[in-house]
Amino acid sequence: MTDHPHLSLTRRRFSIGAALALFASPARAAEWISFDTLYKSFGVRGFEFADRIVALKGQEVSLTGYMAPPLRAESTFFVLTREPLAICPFCQSDADWPVDIVVIYLKAETPLVSAGAKIIVSGRLEVGSWTDPDSGFVSQIRIADASYRRV
Amino acid sequence: MKTWTALGVGLLGLVATGAQAQTIYPISRAEILAGSKFDFKVEFPGAPAQGAVKVTINGQDPAIALGQSAKFVEKEDGGDLSAYWIRGAQISKPGAYIVEASLGDKKATVKWEVFGTPQRKAKNVILFVGDGLSVPHRTAARILSKGIVEGKYNGELAMDEMPHMALVSTSGTDSVVTDSANAMSAYTTGHKSCVNALGVYCAKNKSTLDHPKVETIGELAKRRNGGMSVGVVSNSEIEDATPAGMVSHTRRRADFNDIVKMFYDVKPDVILGGGSPNFLAKSTPGSKRTDEDDYIKKFEADGYKFVSTKQEMQAAAKAGSSKVLGLFNTGNIDGALDLKILKKGTVSKFPDQPDLVEQTKAALDVLSKNPNGFMLMVESARIDKYAHSLDAERTIYDTIMLDNAVKAAKDFVANRDDTLIIVVGDHAHPVSIIGTYDDDTPGNQLRDKLGTYAEAKYPNYPAPNADGYPEKVDVSRRLAFVFGSYPDYCDLGRPYMNGENVPAVKAADGKTYVANEEYCKDPMAARRTGNLPLDANSGVHSADDLVLTAMGPGSEMFKARVDNTYVFRVMATALGLGQ
Repeated sequence: MTDHPHLSLTRRRFSIGAALALFASPARAAEWISFDTLYKSFGVRGFEFADRIVALKGQEVSLTGYMAPPLRAESTFFVLTREPLAICPFCQSDADWPVDIVVIYLKAETPLVSAGAKIIVSGRLEVGSWTDPDSGFVSQIRIADASYRRV
Repeated sequence: MKTWTALGVGLLGLVATGAQAQTIYPISRAEILAGSKFDFKVEFPGAPAQGAVKVTINGQDPAIALGQSAKFVEKEDGGDLSAYWIRGAQISKPGAYIVEASLGDKKATVKWEVFGTPQRKAKNVILFVGDGLSVPHRTAARILSKGIVEGKYNGELAMDEMPHMALVSTSGTDSVVTDSANAMSAYTTGHKSCVNALGVYCAKNKSTLDHPKVETIGELAKRRNGGMSVGVVSNSEIEDATPAGMVSHTRRRADFNDIVKMFYDVKPDVILGGGSPNFLAKSTPGSKRTDEDDYIKKFEADGYKFVSTKQEMQAAAKAGSSKVLGLFNTGNIDGALDLKILKKGTVSKFPDQPDLVEQTKAALDVLSKNPNGFMLMVESARIDKYAHSLDAERTIYDTIMLDNAVKAAKDFVANRDDTLIIVVGDHAHPVSIIGTYDDDTPGNQLRDKLGTYAEAKYPNYPAPNADGYPEKVDVSRRLAFVFGSYPDYCDLGRPYMNGENVPAVKAADGKTYVANEEYCKDPMAARRTGNLPLDANSGVHSADDLVLTAMGPGSEMFKARVDNTYVFRVMATALGLGQ
């Protein structure tokens, strides 16, 4: 729980990726993933990630979605949702988030000025339960070392 | 109940001098069911030592009236107050109780009424809560599902055709406008509380779970009358405020994971709704828990049949299961318009969700086996959610669904006179029917299409199907069901055929909300400048009174205007819970 579930894997992938980046020019493009294809099955007892998503663990991916209103104005952490998040009159905790969110960890602390906007996020895909040590926010899928741009 | 109010209780509360008087919970004018459990708390500002304070009930040590001695906590939570606690107190003798708390020359006084109940009149109670159900919802549902010709309806709603009626006021301890947590808490405990609170008074405790508790009717029914069965049925997430109100004690309705544990602690025999992620262990993809507890497995280990589809639910009821946990969606169960007609929302993901009517029937099958009777709460939750999102047709269709569930309950009692049925909202929405929108009226703006007075005529929805739903909702002349509170948004004046309306989205500043431009592109869209604060993303509740209808033993207590806490009193009286 305290250990990052995919750290070792991620490091290995990263070194391979870094090596490739040194020799290959231009750098290999990120794989595109979408909210519609994250899951193989989706039920009340939980869901299973699609085989392709599991296979892409630790690799560079890009995903289009909406930046949810951030917990803090300036952060490395925000939530990406399938649809713009608006109808949540009593949203007070992560209990109120949609289930199919993707948590984004940015490379650097950034003013999150694009809340509500449609954005493309690129970064390293992480899959598996993870509790953010600062906020206690639990996520199942993340994009780490990420950057984003508005669509 | 009214007599001691006239004794000058308003004055009693003012005896305390100075701005920083001590605060007593339960508060003045509390009506406490004899034998029900409650936490007695007095907060003394300035964190005095125990020797400096004096607390009495009817002039004596509170331990005499409450059956146990107090615990004194100096500087509670490290703050500038000391707390005098008797948790889990009970008073069995009905009557007036005067509570005094003194610190030096400062004295606070409150008066409670402890009420008993005469002989039990009802074996069962079914409480239908239309979340946000306001009078125009009933009118619109009647027009669409019964039809109206020359000013007379072609039939009655099941919820309207009841012998007793009252006007219900909903304000809480803190505010004229309430929310569903505080509102439900009034029904399930008989105590007024504050916005976001369930089964507690809003004291100064830091932890949301430490505030002074009052017992819920779910807990009472379980431990009284030889152990009644309890059912909690909703089409919202089951942890949401209204269903949670049957079992929960928290200052903060968003404590979903704690609320699941509270369901598990109270163990209602039937639990049917959405919101499965808070039941799943954290390591399960899709979980929203922060621990490794798997509550579906825990309930199963306690003999519950777990079901996740309509078919499984009906099979469990037919097979004679006595305890059923049904979770049919990760979020809310889809509303009637999506479930029955449009197949939007999450219907493709969860193709076999029950509707509220099927849930109600299954719950009655299971609960009615208990010879000690049952307490069933059925909530049509999305009447409110769609009113928040300014989605007129969806909020109306879910009112029709509520009425069908009420019909199912009336069928259940057709050959018996042992069941009190109550139908009521929990708070109002500022909604109204002002005419019709007619596509055939000339003009190129939405307001050109609005017919008022004689020009409104009647809408041309097709005759309803056997379940009371018109199968075509985007008709050429439709009800102008309008909303009195709104953020900036673009009003289409017609149904949202592709899914629930999302009127506003977060602005670039991350704080305020702006109109969802997706709808503004429509040539007929009317851009509305919001009348709510800029941080509002949807419509809000209103303080308007509600209409309550009721039938069966005990329902004759409903008349005139009553506080929402009175609904608890009627149910507790009918069931004889104060004996």
